[in-house]
Amino acid sequence: MSVKIKDASVPVIPFKARLSRWFGRNLLRIYMVFGFTYLFIPVAYTFAFSFNDSGKSNLVWKGFTFRNWQNPCGAPEVCTALGNSIKIGFLATLFSTILGTLIAFAIGRYKFKGRSTSNLLIFLPMATPEIVLGASLLSLFLVFKINPGFWPTVIAHVMFCISFVVVTVKARIASLDPRLEQAAMDLYANEIETFRRVTLPLVAPGIAGAALLAFSLSFDDFIITNFNSGTLITFPKFVYVSAARGIPAQANVIGSAMFFLALAIVVAGQLVNRKKSR
Amino acid sequence: MKVSLPKSRVPYLLLFPGFAFLFTFFILPIINLAQTSTQTPVSGGDTGEYEQTFAFSNYVHAFLDNREQFARSFIFAALATIFALTIAYPLAYAIAFKSGKYKNVLLVLVVAPFFTSFLLRTVAWKQILGEEGFLVPTLRNLHLLGQQTTVTSTAFAVVAGMTYNFLPFMTLPLYASLERIDPRTIEAAGDLYANGITTFRKVTVPLSLPGVVAGTLLTFIPAAGDYVNAAILGSPNTKMIGNVIESRYFKIVDYPTAAALSFTLMAAILILVTLYIRKAGTEELV
Repeated sequence: MSVKIKDASVPVIPFKARLSRWFGRNLLRIYMVFGFTYLFIPVAYTFAFSFNDSGKSNLVWKGFTFRNWQNPCGAPEVCTALGNSIKIGFLATLFSTILGTLIAFAIGRYKFKGRSTSNLLIFLPMATPEIVLGASLLSLFLVFKINPGFWPTVIAHVMFCISFVVVTVKARIASLDPRLEQAAMDLYANEIETFRRVTLPLVAPGIAGAALLAFSLSFDDFIITNFNSGTLITFPKFVYVSAARGIPAQANVIGSAMFFLALAIVVAGQLVNRKKSR
Repeated sequence: MKVSLPKSRVPYLLLFPGFAFLFTFFILPIINLAQTSTQTPVSGGDTGEYEQTFAFSNYVHAFLDNREQFARSFIFAALATIFALTIAYPLAYAIAFKSGKYKNVLLVLVVAPFFTSFLLRTVAWKQILGEEGFLVPTLRNLHLLGQQTTVTSTAFAVVAGMTYNFLPFMTLPLYASLERIDPRTIEAAGDLYANGITTFRKVTVPLSLPGVVAGTLLTFIPAAGDYVNAAILGSPNTKMIGNVIESRYFKIVDYPTAAALSFTLMAAILILVTLYIRKAGTEELV
């Protein structure tokens, strides 16, 4: 056995102590690795099983194939459901972003009577469990003999997205430097010009973020949708209904594609921001 | 041209469309739900036909018949909240203080899994932890798990599923409040001879409390009303109040009981939240 001679300048620390010191120093890092692994396990699983040559039920690994990715509409209900979810998501995002942004400007920019009541009205839908929102809205539709379906679902989504839009845009408005607007006014811009050329461009990233949030909330919503959509199938509803029989691998393709698409949008947004701030 | 509106009217005009919408499709339905909750079946009518009789006894029956599910909902939601806080706090702390230039990347990574559909991820957990996944048979072969023991269809699986699904709602507010902490306050604690642990306990934690409060609320409220995790990962023995409300609505068409249950759930949550906020002493949540 050869004996390793240690550098004299480095004090010899017993292995155990060194190990524990290394752990102490890197504990948070190790923790982060575990945390992120935990977060990504189901995503990785969904992605992996999108390549499964599975046939009807995608429960057991049967072999690798690109077929599901080449033909995501191979299970036709998947694409119908996806189409519905995108349409609903788009409309819900449009309306909730407009209504929510207006409210955010009112609350964020003005002092008026009833401001705290307004804040409460925005907070309440977020503090109400989804099942209560969904059930109560369905009861209302039933009273007015409106059949659940496409538009009731859009209305339901706008309703629960508004609060999130308000909170997001309001935070952005609150973080604005008031001196920028004062400077515009000092340079003889009137109120409308100041708003259009200074305030709005500064708030725009907040509005974009709110729209993205609204879309992802709407696209992913199941509970409220389940109450108000009747026979209409959305993507989450499709997954829920077919969970018992086995979900076709095409659903995994769409889930994974959404993941990469959203990631790309976020990364692009970050890059644009960085370019601007340079 | 200058805007000719008197300043005081502008905010109300801005509020009007959104609040009209919220009034019609949020407040009105809640009022209507309150009405439904005290109705009773029309004698001799079809299923699903109800009339107003102010039967407040609906509440008593609804609560007594489903005590167990109510208790389970609040216990499961509380457990999921505690687990999520335990997992999310160090994660948010590490991202806020120890990630340097990778901060934004890591933040995106926290949210990223949630772009894959929430239901797909829950079903994925079911399959990973299920009989046909590879984990459970492996653990059984290693005798780390009894031959008869299952992971899915248990209370554990439901709580774990909720913990996972609501994790970003915990992590993001925590991160937001940790990130806002002025590093000078932490340096100051060091200058005053506080060691790492004391600084964390006496400076970091108190300053991050608003995030803790916001995060626990954003996790607890949806968790208490959730029925998807219990439906996919649980068994009939792990039914939560959400499952009861859902089946009352769709399978039994018993609207009054469903409405009474919804109201009881909402009231219970509001009471708990109010007590909690008062105790935590933060009012800048909204």
